[in-house]
Amino acid sequence: MTAPSVPASPTAAPRAARDGWRDLSWRRVKIVARSDMRQLIEDKGFWMPMVFLGAIFFLIIPTVLLLTITKIGNVEVVSQMSKTLEVLPQAAQQQIEGQSPEGKTAYALAVFLLAPIAIVVPLTISTAIGASTIVGERERGTGEFLAHSPAHEKEIYLGKLIASLVPGYATTLAGFGVYSLIVNLLVGPEVGGWFFPTASWWTLMLWVVPPFLALTLSIVLRLSARVKSTAAAQQAAGLVTLPMIAIAYSQSTGALFGASSSGLIIGVIAWALAIVGLSRGMRAVSRSRLLGVNDGV
Amino acid sequence: MSPSPTADAPGAPHVVELVGVRRRFGDVDALAGLDLVVPANRITVLLGPNGAGKTTTIRMITGALDPHAGRVRTFGLDPSVHGEEVRRRCGVVSAKPALYDRLDGHANLAYSAELYGLGRGDHIDRRIREAAARFGIEHALDKRVGGFSTGMKTRLALARSILHEPDLLLFDEPTSGLDPESSHAVLDMIREMTDDGRTVVMCTHLLLEAEGLADQVIVMEAGDDLVAGTPTELTQRFWPGTVILVGAESAIDPAVLRTIPGIRQIEPDTEPNQMRLHLDGEHRTPDVITALVANGLRLTRIEPISPTLEDLYFAVRTKRTAGEIAEDGGRRLADGEGIDADATPHAVTDRNRQVAALTGWPGSEGSR
Repeated sequence: MTAPSVPASPTAAPRAARDGWRDLSWRRVKIVARSDMRQLIEDKGFWMPMVFLGAIFFLIIPTVLLLTITKIGNVEVVSQMSKTLEVLPQAAQQQIEGQSPEGKTAYALAVFLLAPIAIVVPLTISTAIGASTIVGERERGTGEFLAHSPAHEKEIYLGKLIASLVPGYATTLAGFGVYSLIVNLLVGPEVGGWFFPTASWWTLMLWVVPPFLALTLSIVLRLSARVKSTAAAQQAAGLVTLPMIAIAYSQSTGALFGASSSGLIIGVIAWALAIVGLSRGMRAVSRSRLLGVNDGV
Repeated sequence: MSPSPTADAPGAPHVVELVGVRRRFGDVDALAGLDLVVPANRITVLLGPNGAGKTTTIRMITGALDPHAGRVRTFGLDPSVHGEEVRRRCGVVSAKPALYDRLDGHANLAYSAELYGLGRGDHIDRRIREAAARFGIEHALDKRVGGFSTGMKTRLALARSILHEPDLLLFDEPTSGLDPESSHAVLDMIREMTDDGRTVVMCTHLLLEAEGLADQVIVMEAGDDLVAGTPTELTQRFWPGTVILVGAESAIDPAVLRTIPGIRQIEPDTEPNQMRLHLDGEHRTPDVITALVANGLRLTRIEPISPTLEDLYFAVRTKRTAGEIAEDGGRRLADGEGIDADATPHAVTDRNRQVAALTGWPGSEGSR
């Protein structure tokens, strides 16, 4: 029975009003995030590699390097590292503490040269989660459940963003604690006591890393909403993450090496970019994408 | 658990109303001007083959998808605008149970309870256990859903669908992948749901499962509704007279049948040497039998036929393909037009059956 075509309901205006932040239910954002994180916790296949990755970067590599310098006292290694320190910016060189070459080398290594770990770990973990988060719902068929639920697309997006961000960042903070302990235990005696984290590291961890993480995830989640499979999402996310790691690394290194205000400025810029990225990324999640229908978008 | 009175409020006499709804996916018309009315407190069955637009219809009803043209009203509201309110009052079980395999049964239901605004706590836990018990799945609430059988998943999905006490239940192929025993149990559960006043819309391509369950049947094809009505109405529309199955030792010549008064339509049966004869009325049966014998036929079988939904479906398809159901949705047939002994589209019927056999449509083989 083909009825005469009736124009679609005039929904544009109400939709525009509904798209505002005021209508967002943060309670539902939290519910989506909590459920996603609970699923991650239940999945050993996910968190075991995550713990392993954190252990390598925050525990094993620093311990081996710092032990080599401070305890084994390999003269050649220390000599080479000392020469490397000469390429550091003047501002950074002036900050280096310690009396002996071993102490100075270990200090520089701990404070300046291991900065990548603060970037690589959270970006790797969060990207791995974020890449599959939306396309995964579609593949498992659970996107249908979400699409029929009262949750708004933005709430689903933000919930998934938080669920992707928190594990990576929490691992990084935990690893940062372990790393601080190791640095203080191994390098502290060489420089006159516990010194880590320095002010620059606090800025890096609490002010610079989160926006870079959010910015990267805003791109990764958009990809996750658009691609057809988790495998494709992982591939695409990898391509995005590598330059993001490079940028984040260079900026975070700059934050550590530069003047005390440089970290704050880099953080402000990163936050601004992250907010733009997130607000644009929010449009990527639609019910048709959760359902996996070809909507020509 | 009583449905909201809004469904019966003035201006919203039907729970769901779709008028001329169109929806395209790329180059494909998923819905091509669908008209649909779902009355309150009834089971409406959307019947049609794969690709008929049944799932898209459910998605339109909840506002999970917006129409490209036409009007959708659920509880008198436009789901495109009032999606949250509409979806809060709907419970959906999709063809794939859409459960989180890594979570246990309780966590799956608790997630749904929270998303639908029920909150958390002991009273919700109690409600979860009650819903699970209703579908006989309470023993598995603490087990991971990934280890569930298909039947257990369906039961859990059904429990989830009623957790927030929705007014409208939408089931998309709820028995998909279930064994016959589990299917029967699920259908019984669905039937029970209308006992407490809920409205149910169920999609299926299984004709047998709609039989005895549907208060209203809507036959769909290619995104359009072919006919709609109660099973009784549709049966009377397509079989205004009596149908008998006649078998003989040798082939029955249709030319002979056409000479016998009272036979309105001749339909070949899938079995050889058997015919379905549509008569003016029950009183014609003795005369027809006498005439057949008088024409030298040695009869082996005479059986009155009560048309099933399967018969209905094939009749609708046959008439549709023959161009006898058009814009009026079969109302012309309701008046008894378009049925006569000369209009036996055998080729169409055979083709339908071939398609049905290929698509796994039940009843595509054997006696109908």
